[in-house]
Amino acid sequence: MNDVKGDGAVSGAVEAGELRKSYRSRAGEVRALDGLTFSVAPGSVFALLGPNGAGKTTAVRILTTLSRPDAGRAAVAGIDVLAHPGRVRQVIGVVSQHSGTVGLLTGQENLALQGRLYGVPPRELKRRVAELLDQFGLAEAARRQASTYSGGMRRRLDVATALVHRPAVLFLDEPTTGLDPEGRAELWAVLTRRCAESGTTVLVTTHYLDEADKFAARVAITDRGRIVAEGTPDQLKAQLQGDSVLLELGDAGQVELAEKALARVPQVRQATAEGAVVRARVADGPRALPAVLAGLETDGIGVLSVTVARPSLDDVYLHHAGRSFRQAEGSTAA
Amino acid sequence: MNPVLQSWALLTGRYLRQLYRQPAVIGITLTQPVIWLLLFGALFKKVAELPGFGGGSYITYLTPGVVIMTALFSSSWTGMSFIEDMDTGVMDRFLTAPVPRGALIAASLAYQGVTTIVQSAIIIAIGWGIGAGFPGGAAGVAALIGVSVLISLAMAGLSDGFALLVPQREALIGVSTMLVLPLTFLSGAFLSLRLVPGWIAGIARFNPVNWAASAGRVAVGGHPPWGTIGSYAGFLALALVATAAMSTWAFRVGEQ
Repeated sequence: MNDVKGDGAVSGAVEAGELRKSYRSRAGEVRALDGLTFSVAPGSVFALLGPNGAGKTTAVRILTTLSRPDAGRAAVAGIDVLAHPGRVRQVIGVVSQHSGTVGLLTGQENLALQGRLYGVPPRELKRRVAELLDQFGLAEAARRQASTYSGGMRRRLDVATALVHRPAVLFLDEPTTGLDPEGRAELWAVLTRRCAESGTTVLVTTHYLDEADKFAARVAITDRGRIVAEGTPDQLKAQLQGDSVLLELGDAGQVELAEKALARVPQVRQATAEGAVVRARVADGPRALPAVLAGLETDGIGVLSVTVARPSLDDVYLHHAGRSFRQAEGSTAA
Repeated sequence: MNPVLQSWALLTGRYLRQLYRQPAVIGITLTQPVIWLLLFGALFKKVAELPGFGGGSYITYLTPGVVIMTALFSSSWTGMSFIEDMDTGVMDRFLTAPVPRGALIAASLAYQGVTTIVQSAIIIAIGWGIGAGFPGGAAGVAALIGVSVLISLAMAGLSDGFALLVPQREALIGVSTMLVLPLTFLSGAFLSLRLVPGWIAGIARFNPVNWAASAGRVAVGGHPPWGTIGSYAGFLALALVATAAMSTWAFRVGEQ
């Protein structure tokens, strides 16, 4: 975490140090980044995980030279982003939330234009374009205009385009938003294979917990412009040292009563509610279950169903941000 | 090749390829000037009979005016492509690539320049077909097209800059309409400045559209005064440099 040194020397492929950024809006000043600090090891996949409005996109825009922070340090591939944006642009690939490819150009033309803008020699470019089209399952659609592609195909083209010039670091801002589960899985499969082969460092933002869990070597959980927890998905889950017992109540009106009842059960460390579901955090789910159910029964609270869950990143998020992921999404959805 | 030139050529090529794939846009681009010329020609036919017009043919007077007006109209929309690119993420991709900001502006202007050359040539050809005279000959016609390109690019630079600062279609439409019509009517594009109220003629002296219309008109007339045309062209070139620089600067505002 403290890889960003005062003299500007850096060791990670991506370094963010105490980044701060505020925007003025009609509602007043919005603090998008509030001391965001993280470091990404070269060649790894790093996920910035958080709900909408957590500052993920702002962080990516600063690291990809599109925006300047109010304060803080940023470096990509050892290059100071604020001092040498032009040099950073040579070594990064960017997939933004919006497509980024030109609908009226064919897949092949989009790839070729990108390569030529980076000065890839023509013969080499031809080889790379064919290879990417093949790897990303777009060979048959290569001569069709990108506007005719399906959502999943278009997104694969977006990612392929960001790789033509062989960037050292690839930034993806919510690359799978709007894709169906199949499309998400396909995109991740080709992306991780390709980047592992080429040793490309990947920084991805997502609000899909399962994606971060499955594909990222390290995950940083962002909330309100700060990193609230960082580690491998397993480390983060291990920090919780416990299971969740999810209790679906028959009467949503009894939720508060249930929370109080559970607080009296010695095995329960924390009880939180979301809709008609109450989540009790316990050390060992199966063992604590009888006590948990007895505690509710004493107060006459009816339970429709019970699930015991091993810790998920959702629990980690809940633990560090003090609210569940879905609640955070709801509170920031404009 | 120089990286700025290389990016510029690639991005201009991209615009032209997009145009080629949109036959409807090509159709509108080509028919619009024809409509202007025929409509204004019919509407103001008797105007040339007014004293002070010198009794020449109105279509001869009108053709250079329509050339300049069409250049201004079509270039005022140039910023739309930028807004489209910002909405689709294409602009961000170019901005995160080693593409000089000036090359993005230059490509947009080059594309607009090609459009203006084609549109101006069509208007001149049709004007000639319906009786306009060009005693200035080929050199005069070339100079008319030249000043139409200069005013078009100056306007395109303004449009691009505005689009970067306020990336909303409605805002660009509003400001284009608000600028283009007054600039056209506060010039000698359709009426001799000897016939208009003094204050309009006064403002017209400082209106780049009037510089273009005046230079274009005398260029295609008999015995073109090349010194005057040259100084008008010089002022237009300065206006072009100013708006292109302004729009290149506007990229920085987006970084905030």
